[in-house]
Parts: sequence; structure tokens; C-alpha cells
Amino acid sequence: MIELVSHDRCVTCDRCIAACPTNVFDRGADGVPVIARQSDCQTCFMCEAYCPTDALFVAPQPAPVAADDPLRDEEYLIASGLLGSYRAGIGWGHGRTPGARLAVGPDLKPIVRPGKATT
Amino acid sequence: MIDILDLTADVLVIGGGPAGAWAALKAAQAGADVVLVDKGYTGTSGATASAGTGVWYVEPEESAREAAMASRENLNGHLSDRRWMARVLDQTYANINELAAAGRYPFPTLADGTALRRGVQGPEYMRRMRAWLKRSGVRILDHSPVLELLTDPTGAVAGAAGRRRQLDQPYRVRAGSVVLATGGCAFLSRALGCDVNTGDGALFAAEVGAAFSGMEFSNAYAIAPVFSTVTKTAYYNYATFSHEDGTVLEGAGSQRGRSVIARALLSERVFAVLDLADEKAQAAMRLGQPNFFLPFDRMRINPFTDRFPITLLLEGTVRGTGGIRVVDDDCSTGVPGLYVAGDAATRELICGGFTGGGSHNSAWAMSSGTWAGRAAARHAATLGPAGKRRRLTAAGRAGLRPTGTPGDPGDYRELVRAVQAETHPYDKNYLRRGEVLTGALATLDERWAEASAHLRGDVEARQAVAMLAHARWMYTAALARPETRGMHKRLDHPQADPLRRHRLMVGGLDELWSAADPVRPHTPLDLAVAS
Repeated sequence: MIELVSHDRCVTCDRCIAACPTNVFDRGADGVPVIARQSDCQTCFMCEAYCPTDALFVAPQPAPVAADDPLRDEEYLIASGLLGSYRAGIGWGHGRTPGARLAVGPDLKPIVRPGKATT
Repeated sequence: MIDILDLTADVLVIGGGPAGAWAALKAAQAGADVVLVDKGYTGTSGATASAGTGVWYVEPEESAREAAMASRENLNGHLSDRRWMARVLDQTYANINELAAAGRYPFPTLADGTALRRGVQGPEYMRRMRAWLKRSGVRILDHSPVLELLTDPTGAVAGAAGRRRQLDQPYRVRAGSVVLATGGCAFLSRALGCDVNTGDGALFAAEVGAAFSGMEFSNAYAIAPVFSTVTKTAYYNYATFSHEDGTVLEGAGSQRGRSVIARALLSERVFAVLDLADEKAQAAMRLGQPNFFLPFDRMRINPFTDRFPITLLLEGTVRGTGGIRVVDDDCSTGVPGLYVAGDAATRELICGGFTGGGSHNSAWAMSSGTWAGRAAARHAATLGPAGKRRRLTAAGRAGLRPTGTPGDPGDYRELVRAVQAETHPYDKNYLRRGEVLTGALATLDERWAEASAHLRGDVEARQAVAMLAHARWMYTAALARPETRGMHKRLDHPQADPLRRHRLMVGGLDELWSAADPVRPHTPLDLAVAS
């Protein structure tokens, strides 16, 4: 679920408020979005993709993480390279090659397991 | 409260996933004035936007097309129709190439210079579709869930009413015709991108008299790590599944062995490791589906070497094949003015009783969207300006206009929990048995009586009612098919019954009905169309 809106990074462009398909954010008094309805977050990561400053972080769990979880810690998320990693992964942002251009996936034919019948 | 926003359009499209986007685009290209309303945001809404998907894109070459059509007929219980398959293959081929040219989608190019067009990344695909819609003059209302359809005095669909939820403003769109592209129903299971798919359009359609087909094929479950929402079952083709103690779970697999996993999960934790992917496959997986790796990277798990616990998330009719019955080539529903596209419609015509999601469903979304959009534009043009001046009647019932004393607006929460308790469990919906289905349906019927008498709310109440209605059609159809066919598995009837190679229609809200619907036989003409 969405766990972090970085006040340092947010430029109050409102894009996440628009792009979130389940309407999780409200605009805060200072313009920085607040996570108003975390329980509606469907953990789809789309807000991260649309954030132009990598200010948002979505933990993978479909329920809120504990208060002391590192996935809520901005310093950890920056140091580990996780903040902004989805946008980088799909090649969105200035100067990047769209991931779609490179998306040649694996051949998904059934695999013969060593010494076993395929399932 | 702000005054109602009153709009008129030739064509109203409800839902902004791939099917709705193509419907709106094709209606606009046909000259219609189009309004598209989305419960979320067109570009991120729906099962495709946050995922990546294969596309059933096959070169127009006879043997390739023949192989493509024949490949799934055994799996799907022989309920598909080759004439429709051929139409979808033709339309999908045209649309994907149009997406590359006019839509400017950046398809990958192989070393030999050929463009690879058998898949799309969801975020990029839907971002491009949104831009294309804007260029084409389509008016988009995001965060504007529909609450109900509006009909004219003859019963024809003539618009819809809803709420702009970020503005707390009611709205109404008067239209010559309406396309429902609201997706399937995944019962708020948290499967990736599917929480907007609560079957709303099916409820709206039923309230104006449309019927359903294939609702027994509604028990798709996808593999996901327990700490995640990311469903990409195809990649578990590389998995070895195991018990907690590390011993291999015999017979488990991502395709035919998924029910083994479901059985095990009823009593124990199940683990997976993608140890069959070699380095080349691992690299390709990352390029093909970056989002698959998000949960692992964020949890510091290497899925190729570390065992991780998995679960199965219900995808209902999103990756099932049931939906609103299509009565003609133009994706009309039998209700004048109402057309249907994408997962809201039955996909049995090309998928029979089975889809693995992706490929066929994405091809169906763009093809049915194209046909529904064009037909809706034609219908609106036939009506002319008078089509937008009709006297409107609101069609919504349960959740909006209770027949008895209204209850508390928050009552929908308990209803959602009740519906989930009858639809999520593997031993009710996945591994089906007649007596269990009968009990679940009786519980759901009681809930329906209570909800239609007392539930009154807004968008959330309507979603809850839509899921409830969906569950009742599913189990009514599942009970009317005492055999195993396609994805519909009856433990008490484990074989296919040759006398039941027909489709099943269901319908109704207070009183449900079902009826057999013959599959059109294959003819030499079908094969000629395919070439």
C-alpha cells in the first residue's frame, strides 16, 4: 500500500491525486497530497509511475506495514535505491528509454523439468 | 453540494480501460461526439493499466491463424466460435498496427529489424490511449463513477447518472447510445489493478434487462506472493512449488496444477521459487514485466533462489470468461441503445470456458471496443438530435432506491464482507461442489432480499450490490452445469458431459433464471473467413 509522500521531493503538481484509480489522496493544506484513504489503495504502483519527482513509495503488501517498518522510512528508501525504482524500471522520465521499447519477454513455452514430467 | 453537471453526447462510454478507450476512439473516428466517464482515471484504471499483457496478435497467414484458433479449443471446452475468433484476429491485427502508427506506441524491435507486437506494457499502452483520446476530441471525466443507467419511455438506454467524487458533484449524461466497458468482477480481492472491477456495468445492464452468458466460468485465481498484489501467473511456469518443510508439492503447477496449490493452501502454506529460469530467461522476465519484480526487490528477496510464500487471488470474471451476453456482431446487448465491450462482455465467443487472461482478453477488449464504439455511433446518428431530448427515467434499484426502510449508509461494508466470504474461498468457488454452491447461493439470495429492501448509499453501496448480483449469477450458472468444463471444475462431476456442450445464459435480479444456448457449429465458411 501507499506508505510515503515525501515532503522534501513533492512539487505539489497534483498528478498523483488525479492518477490514483482508487482516489486515495486528498490535497493537504500545504498542497502536498495526504494519504486520506489508505485502505482503498489497491497497491497498483501507478501513483509512483506518474510522480515526476519520485516522491511516492508503495510498499508491496496489500495491508499497511508496521510503523517502524523500513519501507516507511524515507532515508532507507533513498539509500536503498527503492524510491523511484518503478518509474526507472518502466523507463519513464526525461532521458530514459521507455521500457515498452525494450520489453522482449521470455519464451513461455512449457519447461521440461530434469527427471520429471511437465505439469 | 454543487449543482448537477448536465452533459449531452452522441455516445457515452462507461469505463476507461482498453475496451472503453477503443470504443470511445472508434466512436469519435466515426464522427460521434463522445463522453467517456471513468470510475478512476483513464490511463491507470483497470486490470491492464498496472500490468503487462500479451496480445492475441497473429499474422494474417492461413496456417498461423488456424493454429491460433485451434490451440485452446480443448482447454476451453469447445464453447468458442471460429467465426468470432477470425473476426477478433483480423480486428486485433488492424488495431495493434494502428496503435503503433497513429497511437505512437513504442513496440520493441528485434535484432533483425522486425517489430514485436505480441504484447504491451500496461502503463505505456494506457497512457498512449489517453493521449490519443484527447487528440480525437473525446471528453474524459475521471473519478466519475456511474451510479445508474437512464432509459427513455420505450426502455431504450439514453444516458447515465453518477457522481464526480473529487468534487462531490452529481452528473448526468444524455446520450444517443451507451457503451458499457466497466470490466469484470474480482470481488475486491486486491489482485493487481482489479479493485476498480466490481462488476458495476453488469448490474446496470441487468437493471435494464440484459442477460449474461458464461457466468459459471468466473473462478479464475492468480498466483501472487503473499506479501504482494502482483499477479503474473505465466512467470510461475518457471517455478517449483513446495511445502513449508521444503519438500516438493507434487502435481503443483502454474497451469494445470493450480488446483493442487488451492487444495494445499486450504491447510498449509505453499512456497515457490523460480529456479527453472536460466540467466537469459531471468533477464528477459525483467524487461518483459518490470512490475513483477517490484515486490521481490522491495522485500529483498531473490525469486530465482529464495523460496517465498504464495497465495491465490480471485480474479473472478476479469480472467474468467463470463459477462453480459453479446447478441450480434456489433456487440449489442438486445437492449436498444446499449452496447458492451471488454471484460464486461462474455468472452466465450473466442475463449469458451477458459482464458489465461492477457492475450485473448486484450484482443477481445480492442476488437469488441471497436465494434461497440462504431455501432453506438451509428445508433446515435440514426436517432439524430431527438436522441438527446428524450424523457429520462432512472433505472437504478438496489443500493439506491430500497423498497423498504433505508438502513445505515455504512451497511455496504458488511455486505462486501458477506459476498467475499461466499466467493473468495477456494473450497467454495474454485473447487466446486453442488451442495456447497447451493448453500452459498441461498445465503447470497437472503442478502439480496435484505439489500434490495434496505441498503441505500452511494458508489460503494452500488459496488457491493453489483458484486452480490455477480456472485448469484455465477453460482446459478455453476449449479446449472453439473459437469467439469473449461475452468469450471465440479468435484462432484469431474468429467465433461458431451450433452452439455452448450453455453448457459443467466439473468434476473430478484428472481434468477438460466437457459441453455447452443454453440454455433463450425462450418467451412468459418474457416474461409479465417484465411
